[in-house]
Amino acid sequence: MQIALCVFLLLFGLVTLLGFVASRWRKGDLTLLHEWGLGGRRFGSVIVWFLLGGDLYTAYTFIAVPALMFGAGATGFFAVPYTIMVYPLMFAVFPRLWSVAHAKGYVTAADFVRGRFGSPMLALAIAATGILATMPYIALQLIGIQVVLAAMGIRGEWPLIIAFIVLAAYTYTSGLRAPAMIAVVKDLLVYITIAAAVIVIPEQLGGYGKIFASLAPSRLLLGPATTANLGAQSAYATLALGSALALLLYPHAITGVLSSAHREVIRRNAAVLPAYSIALGLIALLGLMALAAGVQNNPAHAEGFKMFGANYAVPALFLQSFPSWFVGVAFAAIAIGALVPAAIMSIACANLFTRNIYREYLRPDCTAEQESRMAKLVSILVKLGALIFVIGLPAQYAIEFQLLGGILIIQTLPSVLIGLYTRWLHPRALLAGWAAGIASGIAMWASLSFAKTTYTVVFFGTAIPCYAALLSLLMNLTVSVALSFAFNAFAGRRTDETVATDYR
Amino acid sequence: MARKVFYAFLLLIPCVAVLWTPFYNRVTPEIVGIPFFYWYQLLWIPIGSALLLVLNCLWRAEH
Repeated sequence: MQIALCVFLLLFGLVTLLGFVASRWRKGDLTLLHEWGLGGRRFGSVIVWFLLGGDLYTAYTFIAVPALMFGAGATGFFAVPYTIMVYPLMFAVFPRLWSVAHAKGYVTAADFVRGRFGSPMLALAIAATGILATMPYIALQLIGIQVVLAAMGIRGEWPLIIAFIVLAAYTYTSGLRAPAMIAVVKDLLVYITIAAAVIVIPEQLGGYGKIFASLAPSRLLLGPATTANLGAQSAYATLALGSALALLLYPHAITGVLSSAHREVIRRNAAVLPAYSIALGLIALLGLMALAAGVQNNPAHAEGFKMFGANYAVPALFLQSFPSWFVGVAFAAIAIGALVPAAIMSIACANLFTRNIYREYLRPDCTAEQESRMAKLVSILVKLGALIFVIGLPAQYAIEFQLLGGILIIQTLPSVLIGLYTRWLHPRALLAGWAAGIASGIAMWASLSFAKTTYTVVFFGTAIPCYAALLSLLMNLTVSVALSFAFNAFAGRRTDETVATDYR
Repeated sequence: MARKVFYAFLLLIPCVAVLWTPFYNRVTPEIVGIPFFYWYQLLWIPIGSALLLVLNCLWRAEH
């Protein structure tokens, strides 16, 4: 275990160094928000590939998806169709967002909404939603670090606090350049780990056939759908679709997209980023391998499972299957895989707060320098919030945190994505729809004791379990459209600072 | 216009393929012991990627 820890600390130290060196890379004036928070909008296809890959495939990928497979079987595989659907959406829609942001100097989605609909209130709602939805997502990354540290026998809160300080310090000094640079190392480690895992572990377990054969039929596939209840199948499809619609609305995804040097970079990346989805699919299978390997029956892992539940499945599998030095590499891959998105998420939240709350409401006359200083400060506060979240709440089923974030962030879809194509929806109707979506989404989540997000609706006598985010989005859209008819009939002039050519 | 509809259709193919769960929620046929449910969905990752590459080429040829 000492060897694993040494390798881990060595790699962790290396990326910390990189994080600070990054401030000198493609040097820009880091006292400007778009330089600190968007890397100067100068990232080409290769860097954006690493950045978005590091951003979208997080500790969530490594810990929570296999944890769900380990706990619930086939249902956890929804992450695969989810990431399949993300890229057609990214390809079709996001070049438009890039173009308008580039033309008007927008840094956040809320900037765009403010310009498009001329409504600071709606922009505030979008910004606040982004920040609130991202906080638990950052917490999820910290849980990822906590799990691997615990697996190496390091307990307590202080190691997490040290990781937090390191992360906060280089994000503060280097901005988006730091995670972009670290993402390269992260990917290298991740691909090495996965390649080893999918070759070595099945061999130890007697091949893929044996792994799948050892699983109970109820875990191997989704439950059957009947006319009375569509069961796991509708839950699976709606979880995948809802998550796909939500993912790119997250502030950190938008930050990654907007840091591209050209809109062509986005299209090209939509086509090549699925390489990460293959890795995701293979990682998901690790959850089934952990089941087949019987990690939960090994007394050495009992304490880990007691602390982290199913989230301990993959670390336990690695401990059981790899030599000590490689455990260090694999755990470093997970921990660094958590640092990259955590940095981007906190930067994205900081951009939102500074642009759409601080400059809009608190200090409209702030200088560019004050603006970026505020953003740097907020990036620390946001991470601190996530740290308190992690220390204060039980770590079980980290994936649920992220699913709640999905319910919140998907409510910005009508304003942001539909707004890219039309301004027919009235800002007040969008605000009402947003409120209705959030209220219904949280009500559904509450009715499921805050532990699940698949809410069952009954339609013509058929029970249809659905992802609450998708249902609440329907509520949101219904209200937005219905009220737009009303408001558009009476309302006077509306301002839209964008013109059709800004979107091309 | 017709071309745009065709592009949208291409974009929707992988989505429909993975959303229609009754089609792939089965064990057979297996490949190297991996049930259909798993390899079918994994297979759609490279297909989806290839579709986007083709679309990107078409798009660039046009603009």
